[in-house]
Amino acid sequence: MAQKIIRSQYHLYDEKIDTMAEVPDSELKPLPKNKDLKVIGKSIPRIDGNEKVTGAAIYTFDKTFVNIAHGRTLRSPYPFATITKIDTSKAEKLKGVIKIIHTYNTNEISWYWGNSKLFDKTTRYEGEEVAFVVAETEAIAEKAVRLIKVEYKELDFVINPVDAAKEDAPKIHEGGNIPKRRGHSTYSRGDFEEGIKNADVVVEEKYITEVAVHNPTEPFCSVVKWDDEQLTIWDSTQGIFSVRDSIASSLKIPQSKVRVITEYMGGGFGAKLEAGKYSVMAALVSKEIKRPVKVVLDRREMNLAVGNRPNSYQTIKVGAKRDGTLMALGLTNYGSMGAYPAGAGAHWPLRSLYKCENVTTSEYSVFTNTGRARAFRAPGHVQGTFALESILDDVAEKLKINPLDFRIKNFAPIDQDSERPYTSKKLLEAYEVGAKAIGWENRKTSGSDKGFIKRGFGLASQIWWGGGYPPAYATVKMNRDGSVQVLCGTQDLGTGTYTIIAQVAAEVLEIPIEKIDVLIGDTQATPYAPSSGGSNTAPSITPAVYDGALQIKEKLMSGASALLEVSQEKLVYSKGEIFESDNKSNSLKASEIVRKMRERVLVATGSRNESTSGYRVNTFGVQFADVEVNTLTGKIKVNKIVAAHDIGRTLNRQTLENQFHGGVIMGLSYALHEERVVDEFTGKVVNANLLDYKIATMLDTPEIDVIIVSEADELVSAVGAKGIGEPAIIPTPGAIANAVYNAIGVRINSLPITPDKVLMALNKEV
Amino acid sequence: MSKENKSKKLSRRDFIGRASTGAVGSIVLFPAISSGNDKREEKISKTNFKMLGTNSLTLKVNGKKISAKVNANTTLVELLRDHLNLTGTKVACNSGECGSCSVLLDGEVVYSCHMLALDAQGKSVTTVEGLMDGEKFHPVQEAFVEEDGLQCGFCTPGQVMAAVSLLNNNPTPTKGEVMNGMAGNICRCAAYPKIIDSVLSASKKMKV
Ligand code: FES
Ligand code: FES
Repeated sequence: MAQKIIRSQYHLYDEKIDTMAEVPDSELKPLPKNKDLKVIGKSIPRIDGNEKVTGAAIYTFDKTFVNIAHGRTLRSPYPFATITKIDTSKAEKLKGVIKIIHTYNTNEISWYWGNSKLFDKTTRYEGEEVAFVVAETEAIAEKAVRLIKVEYKELDFVINPVDAAKEDAPKIHEGGNIPKRRGHSTYSRGDFEEGIKNADVVVEEKYITEVAVHNPTEPFCSVVKWDDEQLTIWDSTQGIFSVRDSIASSLKIPQSKVRVITEYMGGGFGAKLEAGKYSVMAALVSKEIKRPVKVVLDRREMNLAVGNRPNSYQTIKVGAKRDGTLMALGLTNYGSMGAYPAGAGAHWPLRSLYKCENVTTSEYSVFTNTGRARAFRAPGHVQGTFALESILDDVAEKLKINPLDFRIKNFAPIDQDSERPYTSKKLLEAYEVGAKAIGWENRKTSGSDKGFIKRGFGLASQIWWGGGYPPAYATVKMNRDGSVQVLCGTQDLGTGTYTIIAQVAAEVLEIPIEKIDVLIGDTQATPYAPSSGGSNTAPSITPAVYDGALQIKEKLMSGASALLEVSQEKLVYSKGEIFESDNKSNSLKASEIVRKMRERVLVATGSRNESTSGYRVNTFGVQFADVEVNTLTGKIKVNKIVAAHDIGRTLNRQTLENQFHGGVIMGLSYALHEERVVDEFTGKVVNANLLDYKIATMLDTPEIDVIIVSEADELVSAVGAKGIGEPAIIPTPGAIANAVYNAIGVRINSLPITPDKVLMALNKEV
Repeated sequence: MSKENKSKKLSRRDFIGRASTGAVGSIVLFPAISSGNDKREEKISKTNFKMLGTNSLTLKVNGKKISAKVNANTTLVELLRDHLNLTGTKVACNSGECGSCSVLLDGEVVYSCHMLALDAQGKSVTTVEGLMDGEKFHPVQEAFVEEDGLQCGFCTPGQVMAAVSLLNNNPTPTKGEVMNGMAGNICRCAAYPKIIDSVLSASKKMKV
């Protein structure tokens, strides 16, 4: 089918992307509603489930070769230091050590957009890379790492973003700790001061959220192998093409010479969107020693060096009329980027979630001597929504308005920046069904429960992008036996990407899902698809698969028309068979058509269609929390979360629920447990492991109700699906915090809400 | 396993193929690491010293008798993954904090990263690869697929083994008993609700 090139503009996190994309030339017929479909929307078991429950699935972590060598990294023990000498003589003498690289024997490779190098003589956080050892075994490499002698000159350091933003703070980079580019960002509309002046009630509060670490279960790891000039990298990544391009540019080799493969990967949550230094280091050594090299980060390294959700120090001021009308919203925020540039803002929810004419925000993304932040499942929105929804509950209480009515009152029907309508916004419906499911009418006056276990209800709303975008492509192949293969340059992080691709093809071609194979995660074999970030995977790739499958169907129809000598309008496609509408016996199976057309394989490449212009594409939702707080121990138990969301079409009910559960529980974990702790005297992370860095276990699991209030969003794409990974986590901490307040009647303005904070808030001894 | 098999009802024979690499069928294992057809690779592997140990060890893995030479500090999971090529068992923390490496030792669940291989002397180890009965999935595996008790799948072998052990000890657990029994297995994807459903469903399957 004909293609055209368009300009594609969309939001990826808080960045506005402006790119070109190839899309179908003519309008794609939208996929019918779920009730008229057989495969899409149903609870189809994931097609890679068998491999995963038998141990047959090979992750990067499992990949090996007979002659593989193993890499380990020496990392700086100091938060801020310069290296004056590296002595590897002892390490090199160790039997089994093959090669050691570091700043004194390696060509400079620029890193972090020119702010550092692969091996920098200045190390700016505990855990920064200093040297890389390759040895016969991982154990030998580790031993060698310990034998390397490095002389450092320690420097004064700073770990808190508010301190780091001060004039006299140690400067982490020459230009200071607030970079010129995106270090300080502001936004405003209307007149904030005027809004405050005209308000009947004004509330100002400070909120603190802590650094959280992604900690996916599969370690960050790569296996690299050169075949002459061709480099293959098995990588645990969320973006095969982005890794390919960065590695090609670091090594100064053509992109065509780099192949990145990610068949299975064990979670990323945003941390695995970029190429790791370890992959490049391994590739450099591998080329030289002519052997494949494997490098796996250990849990401590993962807690120090490969990303986190930045903390936030937010001050919010809200003004409202007695009738509940929001008059002004203001925010200042300091967030820690860590030692290198990263997004650390949190203002988007305040700017876009509720209707308010007068808004002002001022945010500082500040360098600190800690590991660099990376996108973490709804970056900015999780911390921002917690603070915004907390203060809105306080305002509602002052106004004596039910928190739910207060949100409904300030519903924003259109996007206030662009003044454009949304493609869909069923938030009011979500409020209604969600409130009913949680039993909102049982919510009592805050702190009014008798007894030492107090129950509370709370809510928080959610806005996110997640509509997907072109460019995204998928190739669909039909073989002579009627089996189908779909190739797409995406990756499955555990979200069920394999399965939804197969579902779309099965739906369109009306063949059993068992006859469909899906190949993803291989830059050499598949057409391009974007990185899996921003909840854009399903909404970007499923329309491309849809288009590709439709093209195959069209080819079959046209082939059948020629073979049966019947005009195409008189032909009907059903269950992989084509027949004449008034002579059903005049028919051909798809496989027969392919065979008779003398084709070995029918091939078509589909592309994601353009979203209808003139609209803003967002996802919306609300979560309600029902909690119990034990006022003797300070322990919080989340009984139930109701998640009611507008996320377009449901593609697979079972995997959708699962991902929502995951987001909600990760949000609960962030709200109640997670906090990276850095010792302020030494600048060292004291809980860089899974025992002291607390992650929710099965015992924390609440009852979770997932309610989808939306149908396909036809303005977004022909499939009309939107992403759910990030919407699922955004409102959870805010809803829990508000429920805790409702239970005990005292506000805790920082996350995580740990038992000691609860007891202190209640003026009890800790 | 090739990607071509990635569909719901793929031939279960493929799993046997995978499950039997390594341990099954090979009785004596010396510095292990299997299959390599490239001559050059072969040569290198002979001259190198992949975890050559001096301590003799015999144990049963997935029903087969295994003899191996290991270092004193070789952990059980290193023996399984690096020597026997049984990569179904995963490692997420390597220090007894997450349960990803759970296997059965004489029927009881243990963290194989936190145990020395030599301490398994004379014992019987079951890994996720050893759960199938011929071509038949273990009811726990079946339930995890049907109930979608997984997302990325990296913690899954550990979850499955923990569930098998739990059900062996308590064939009809309550939801609360499942939650307590499985609390030592972290799932960062937090597929917990459906893991609970999977274990409860497996319990029903095993009863009939
Ligand atoms: S890998 Fe063994 S407990 Fe985490
Ligand atoms: S399924 Fe991903 S960690 Fe459990």
